[in-house]
Amino acid sequence: MYRFAAVLGAVIAVAMPSLYDAHAATAQENYRLYCTQCHGITGNGHGINADGLAVSARDHSSAIEMSKLTDEELRLAITKGGEAVTKSELMPPWAQVLRANEIDELVVHLRKLCKCVAAK
Amino acid sequence: MMHNRLLTVAWGALTLIVAAGSEVVALDGKAVFAERCASCHNATGPAPASLEGVLERKAPDLFYAGSKFNLDWLEQWIQSPSPIRRSGVMFLNHVITEGGKDRINEDTIKACPSKLNAEEAGSVTEYLMALKDPKMRTGVISRDKKFSMAQALRLFTKQYPCIGCHTVKVKENETGGISGPSLTDAGARLNPDWVYARIMDPQYWDPKTWMPKIELSHEKRETLTLFVVSPK
Repeated sequence: MYRFAAVLGAVIAVAMPSLYDAHAATAQENYRLYCTQCHGITGNGHGINADGLAVSARDHSSAIEMSKLTDEELRLAITKGGEAVTKSELMPPWAQVLRANEIDELVVHLRKLCKCVAAK
Repeated sequence: MMHNRLLTVAWGALTLIVAAGSEVVALDGKAVFAERCASCHNATGPAPASLEGVLERKAPDLFYAGSKFNLDWLEQWIQSPSPIRRSGVMFLNHVITEGGKDRINEDTIKACPSKLNAEEAGSVTEYLMALKDPKMRTGVISRDKKFSMAQALRLFTKQYPCIGCHTVKVKENETGGISGPSLTDAGARLNPDWVYARIMDPQYWDPKTWMPKIELSHEKRETLTLFVVSPK
């Protein structure tokens, strides 16, 4: 009986998130949809809009550049836009489009792209 | 007597033919749309709610066309359709990376293949212009209201990221990004009240649009709207 309950509980725990939010986007999907238009498909800063940008989009694939930034700085730039981290206003704030956990997951995704760790 | 009866029958038949003929003349825009446009355009909603759905969308949603477009522009465009988005309906479907730089493969961007004649266009326009969003506020923007071009340019190109994705004409030069629709002819194309509502809440219209939702005062949003719809 207890075993049955445990199995049932596990099934519910696995099924619930997908039932709860049928269209939960992964960080990879969000990066493709929102970020690549400027930062590029590979994240190197050469997206389709790059030529028209007065300030170049950051190269997310650069370990040297990205390791200068803390995760909190990345989170702040995504949440409140470039202006909040004294960078270009052309980087929009995404707080009203992405949920906090999606932004956290994007920060993790950025660390995979640069293959680097956060500045302390 | 026989002769008269024949005449009556003939007259009746003629009346029927004429009646049937006039039915063909008065085209049903909804039916024309279903046959010529609906395989690519969504006129019933809702907009896609996932990246997958966005990638599968073949042409812009039209279920709020009557709120979005100007009638005259729509009727003309349907008769000679040309692409409005330089990166296609969705840039991810047309982007290629060469030498480390992304670009749009323009060979893959096709104009709408359904070119309608004037009569068909008139009926489809009438149908589409009746598809209005019931919640959109109207009468918000007065197109002729004066605004500061210098302030508008500062807002559009510097203080906010609009220019990053949208092409506009500035002093006769086209400038700006391409992942969003070009705005060089937006004044002819778009209803100013819709432009205002779209800037206010892009995700209300299209939950998975790649346009950010940004907090703005009414005054700034109004200036941006007037700039977008102004002849430039």
